Amino acid sequence: MKTFRMAAVALAAALLLSGCAATPATPATATPAAPAARTLTVFAAASLKGTFTELATEFEHANPGVTVALNFAGSADLVSQLTEGAPADVFAAADTKTMAKITDGSLATGTPVLFASNTLEIAVPPGNPAGVASFQDLAKPGLKLVICAAAVPCGAATAAIEASTGVTLAPVSEENAVSGVLGKVSTGEADAGLVYVTDIYSAGSRIAGVTFPESAKAVNHYPIAALSAASQPELAAAFIALVTGATGRGVLAAAGFGTP
Amino acid sequence: MTARSVFRTGGVPVWVLIVAALGALTILVPIASLATRVDWPRFGALITSESALAALGLSLRTSLAATATCIVLGVPLALVLARSRFPGQGILRALVLLPLVLPPVVGGIALLSAFGRRGVFGAPLEAAGITIAFSTVAVVLAQTFVALPFLVLSLESALRAAGSRYESVASTLGASPTTVLRRVTLPLILPGLITGAVLAFARALGEFGATLTFAGSLQGVTRTLPLEVYLQRESDPDAAVALSLVLVAVAVVVMLATGGRAIPAMSRSAQASRPASAGVQK
Repeated sequence: MKTFRMAAVALAAALLLSGCAATPATPATATPAAPAARTLTVFAAASLKGTFTELATEFEHANPGVTVALNFAGSADLVSQLTEGAPADVFAAADTKTMAKITDGSLATGTPVLFASNTLEIAVPPGNPAGVASFQDLAKPGLKLVICAAAVPCGAATAAIEASTGVTLAPVSEENAVSGVLGKVSTGEADAGLVYVTDIYSAGSRIAGVTFPESAKAVNHYPIAALSAASQPELAAAFIALVTGATGRGVLAAAGFGTP
Repeated sequence: MTARSVFRTGGVPVWVLIVAALGALTILVPIASLATRVDWPRFGALITSESALAALGLSLRTSLAATATCIVLGVPLALVLARSRFPGQGILRALVLLPLVLPPVVGGIALLSAFGRRGVFGAPLEAAGITIAFSTVAVVLAQTFVALPFLVLSLESALRAAGSRYESVASTLGASPTTVLRRVTLPLILPGLITGAVLAFARALGEFGATLTFAGSLQGVTRTLPLEVYLQRESDPDAAVALSLVLVAVAVVVMLATGGRAIPAMSRSAQASRPASAGVQK
């Protein structure tokens, strides 16, 4: 058991030093020492589902014997799970406010690192039946607009843009999550919604996007941190290195995320 | 009655009693634990915040409207199911009770397919200038959808337990079907109707999934108390816990008011009061 752990430390250290470039040559020195089956548990914001699933697969390939267990949920769910003692090694949040709840509770080790950013975009049903072309258009009378409630990150970003532009929105519904907004726009129940750029990327042909310059007034920064309760601190550090490194940037950019 | 009659195992083996106690605790422990999470010094302020009062007011109004709708639609439905005979009755009965076992979110999607903007009925209504989705009417519709089976089931059990003997006598004495219904049937099943209405109200008050899917969430318009609890979890978990406790309190009052006679026990209580006519129709 002790030798296994030593091997694990050596492997992780090797990975860390290699900048986690996922080149099989570098960790090869450690690999022959029969890699122990280990599980890295990553809690991540729901908007990271596509990218983190891809990065986890890459991480597993680069680290034989390692399984990455992913848990995606809304910010509030993740924070309550972690504060209630859910065992996790890494936490990636959709905004710094959510991460602050974790760092304030001394649940994270070190300082969280920003690894991506996201801005809002107008989501419309395919064909844009209501002809929405700008942020101002969202305030048009009769237009059915769905946004996130101010209590959730996408809603806070919406409120920030409202405040900076002076445009008052009159939504027909304030949803708890981006998925609620997307559902109502894709089914055509609503004429427009405000979601993140990445949500429109991943929604594919169900949703069309309308960009607007005012979105720069509210940029969400995504932080990632290793958790103090981590059972695999070395793997956690290696995974964070992967996400913040060139591989992570590439995967995140392909999904529509901006640079941190 | 001696002290013996207070505790009777009724021949139930001790190990069954122990498992039964575990079963009861499965339900009681989480609910009792909720009270330990309440921020009592702020409790009053939390449940009387502007958004909480708006949600509470909306919940009460919509649940009462849904209960009234359930009574109007459910009494005839229960009468037909309990008294009439026609082909496919069993299938109709099963389908009408479907919301009891459907996940509410499925109900919400179904309601959207019918009354949404692009729905079967929603599209023509929209053309006529009537929009249901995102309105308080949508909330009432969602609540009625999930609550109606409770009323129908309670009432149907009461009707079956009461039997049709008195009705037969009344009609042989020359009373018209409407008179029989008004003067004999309805007074006979009034306790069942009240129980059913209270259960339907409680179910409407707790409606969440169908409302969120079909009606959306907007303060004062569609954000009922359960939706407010769900939203407050994001920003103020203490408020969510406090409001949850309010809903628990309402549910406890409702269950005690109906004597804990949930649906399957209905016929038993009705039988107890009218043993002679019980189980006439099976």
